[in-house]
Amino acid sequence: MASSMTPDLSTLEPILERYGPQGRTRLIPALLEAQKIYGHLPETVVEAIGQALRVPLAEIYGVMEFYTMLYQEPTGRTMVRVCTSPPCAQKGGRAALQAICEHLGVAPGETTADGAYTVEEVPCLGLCDHAPAALVGETPVAQVDPGDPACWIEAPQETPLGLVGGSHRWLTARCGVIEPTDVEAYQSHGGFAGLRRALLEMEPAQVVEEVTASGLVGRGGAAFPTGLKWKFTAAAQAAARYVVCNGDESEPGTFKDRVLMEGDPLAVLEGMTIAGYAIGADKGYIYIRGEYPRAQRIIAQAIEQAREAGFLGRGILGTDFNFEVEVRSGVGAYICGEETALFESIEGKRGYPRLKPPYPTTHGLFGKPTSINNVETLCAATWILAHGAQAYRQAGTEDSPGAKMFCLSGDVAHPGVYEVPFGTRLGDLIEMAGGVAGELQAVLLGGAAGAFAGRDQLDVPLSFEGLKDAGLPLGSGVVMVFNQERDLRRTLLSLAEFFAHESCGKCFPCQLGTRRQLEIVEKVAAGEVAEVELEALRDVQYTMTNASICGLGMTAGSAIGSALERWPDIFRNGR
Amino acid sequence: MAETIELTIDGKKVSVQPGTTILQAAQQVGVEIPTLCYFEHITANGLCRLCVVETAGVRGLQAACVAQASPGAVVHTRSPAVDRARRTILEMLASTVDLSETPQVQALMADYGARPERFNGAQPRRPPLIDDNPVYIRDYGKCVLCWRCVQVCADDAQYAYAIDFGGRGFQTRIATAFDKPLTETTCVFCGQCVGVCPTGALKAKREYLLEQGVSPEEVFGLTRLQGKGKRSRRGPRPEVS
Ligand SMILES: Cc1cc2nc3c(=O)[nH]c(=O)nc-3n(C[C@H](O)[C@H](O)[C@H](O)COP(=O)(O)O)c2cc1C
Ligand code: SF4
Ligand code: SF4
Ligand code: FES
Ligand code: FES
Repeated sequence: MASSMTPDLSTLEPILERYGPQGRTRLIPALLEAQKIYGHLPETVVEAIGQALRVPLAEIYGVMEFYTMLYQEPTGRTMVRVCTSPPCAQKGGRAALQAICEHLGVAPGETTADGAYTVEEVPCLGLCDHAPAALVGETPVAQVDPGDPACWIEAPQETPLGLVGGSHRWLTARCGVIEPTDVEAYQSHGGFAGLRRALLEMEPAQVVEEVTASGLVGRGGAAFPTGLKWKFTAAAQAAARYVVCNGDESEPGTFKDRVLMEGDPLAVLEGMTIAGYAIGADKGYIYIRGEYPRAQRIIAQAIEQAREAGFLGRGILGTDFNFEVEVRSGVGAYICGEETALFESIEGKRGYPRLKPPYPTTHGLFGKPTSINNVETLCAATWILAHGAQAYRQAGTEDSPGAKMFCLSGDVAHPGVYEVPFGTRLGDLIEMAGGVAGELQAVLLGGAAGAFAGRDQLDVPLSFEGLKDAGLPLGSGVVMVFNQERDLRRTLLSLAEFFAHESCGKCFPCQLGTRRQLEIVEKVAAGEVAEVELEALRDVQYTMTNASICGLGMTAGSAIGSALERWPDIFRNGR
Repeated sequence: MAETIELTIDGKKVSVQPGTTILQAAQQVGVEIPTLCYFEHITANGLCRLCVVETAGVRGLQAACVAQASPGAVVHTRSPAVDRARRTILEMLASTVDLSETPQVQALMADYGARPERFNGAQPRRPPLIDDNPVYIRDYGKCVLCWRCVQVCADDAQYAYAIDFGGRGFQTRIATAFDKPLTETTCVFCGQCVGVCPTGALKAKREYLLEQGVSPEEVFGLTRLQGKGKRSRRGPRPEVS
């Protein structure tokens, strides 16, 4: 284990032989496998990987330094990651972190002397419905008890999928109902009907038309029309095209994609396959955040099952359409949810967003036309192909057709994923989750990159147009509830910390601005901010919003800025 | 021959070839836009955003060094929005980096009325100076992260790949593999990085020593590259056992 010992490279050989010929795109998978063997990434191991994959050492080091889940120093045999993002913090996440550290005699980031555990404080693990949550090794653990830390690290109990509700259980119909990777069960519950219809009854262009007619827009946050994205990708001249499914889901407060990947993985794969057929791609990648080992495992199993049953691979459903899906793991970087940073990561690089244009539809993964879609978007496409665009438009509003999955967390009686038609009142959605636990203070919509709504906004309809009129974002569907007991300044500090931690550092406005924002919000939290500093904060947020390269910087000041506008007094004296 | 593009920059009509950046178009009509990371023969990455401009009807601000001129665009290179962003970037930069050897940024700060002291108690980046080879010193307290050195060392010129990045976000830094001395890397001491560095973060050792008051004779002795550690191999270094 000790870093002074020369690692035995022979265990690594088979991995290098397998990955070597594919070159740089295998860098992160190779580093992850090496890390499994050696517990961290010793220099000699990294050199061997560089030789085999032909990647310069300085660039590998750059990659290792970028991602938080790649370790240069030995770590414990079990990683204990405790979430302290707002919904978990509300329910005792910090106390749980402190308890586990005291129990093990380490500080966050440290490893126990016997090499058994490393404890880390981490942002949202996508388990907000199970707050306070932790990831122990590869096991997601719910409601960790600060009073009994030994229990949940020594015998971690795997969390169940979580609560799924709502009036329109379209995409979530099978979640928690069938054995997730059972192809038979999937089919008897309507699975693969969409793929059958697409492949056997429709031309690719008709599939694109059907999705366009449904009015489906992307669920990853940017709300781009999915049909149009597919059309542009299909139209781009190229020898190869790719489908990418974005399962990075690292926006604090978001866990709907996890529920879909773990609860109905075959629907995700079906959506990718339909997309592949529509745009003329025979290869898809699904990029799943590193903190979702269970989703990765379930998706990998589902791929095997689907391939065995002939729903992936060559000649799908007896047609001449071929499609393969490969799973890629994230390695601890929120920015890799941004589509072009995600491509860079698959290509084996630091997760730096690219300049746009050109857009992914013409220059995406490996420089080829790529349609990148969110997990929920692809599941919606699966549903639309099975039931038709008209059926989809039966729910929702004229301008926001269909249903949407919302992630309710924080001070609601029953946190979970709720699938409801667009246009549902915010207050009704909260009621569906059992109502506010306590007296309502604020709702954070859209996640860390979102904005705060106040008590006076419960009548806002959750549709694109309704939210726009109210000056609120839909984002990825986060509805984080805060009761009157909560110190919002603590929440603002947590958001500021998150962005400072996650900025990639490429462009100056965000690289510097997320840091300056944090420093000022630290003063706010300490109750000692000067008026000129609030002015400076507004300038920083303005500059990040308007001059940054990518969406991270553009939204890094959004939630805090919305609070500053709505509740200036909180910034001055905490109330 | 593709059709030319007509646009307006600060009220002046310009016609340019497709693919021309707003920065280049502005130069054609004598409109000056400030730049920092941009350098003509190096891949432009649009990092510093000091070159931002405002285009009527377009959301946000565009980095002129990478944004292409579009037909009919009405571009403003000085407006309250542009000035607010530029001033704030300058202030954030000056409260982070030692700009004492970057006179063009100091001039901009005066121009835009930048007051970095607004960020009272801001954390600066001041890593210790690295003096690990006879050819040049690295004083990253002065580094603005323009990426030029990394790019000339890699695909933009030398293909030596001796330096890349460490950390991320505010903690980003220019680093060798495992932060080793340059003499233990693939650096070929071509000096191109020193040549393109706009801030004095990379400096010829001779110049540095003379500034420190070392006599010219001594400087000569201290800056001879003795072959050791000099590698001319391209790409990853071979396994040395
Ligand atoms: C910082 C950042 C993080 C993002 N994270 C995600 C993510 O985790 N999942 C996702 O689907 N989209 C994410 N996006 C949006 C993607 O860039 C992209 O718009 C989306 O994957 C497109 O899919 P859609 O059209 O189906 O929404 C993120 C964007 C930014 C700027
Ligand atoms: S906005 Fe932030 S995350 Fe996006 S490129 Fe700039 S520094 Fe990176
Ligand atoms: S060392 Fe100089 S050239 Fe390199 S990134 Fe820093 S400022 Fe730019
Ligand atoms: S898992 Fe803790 S906030 Fe999401
Ligand atoms: S000069 Fe244009 S972004 Fe730096």
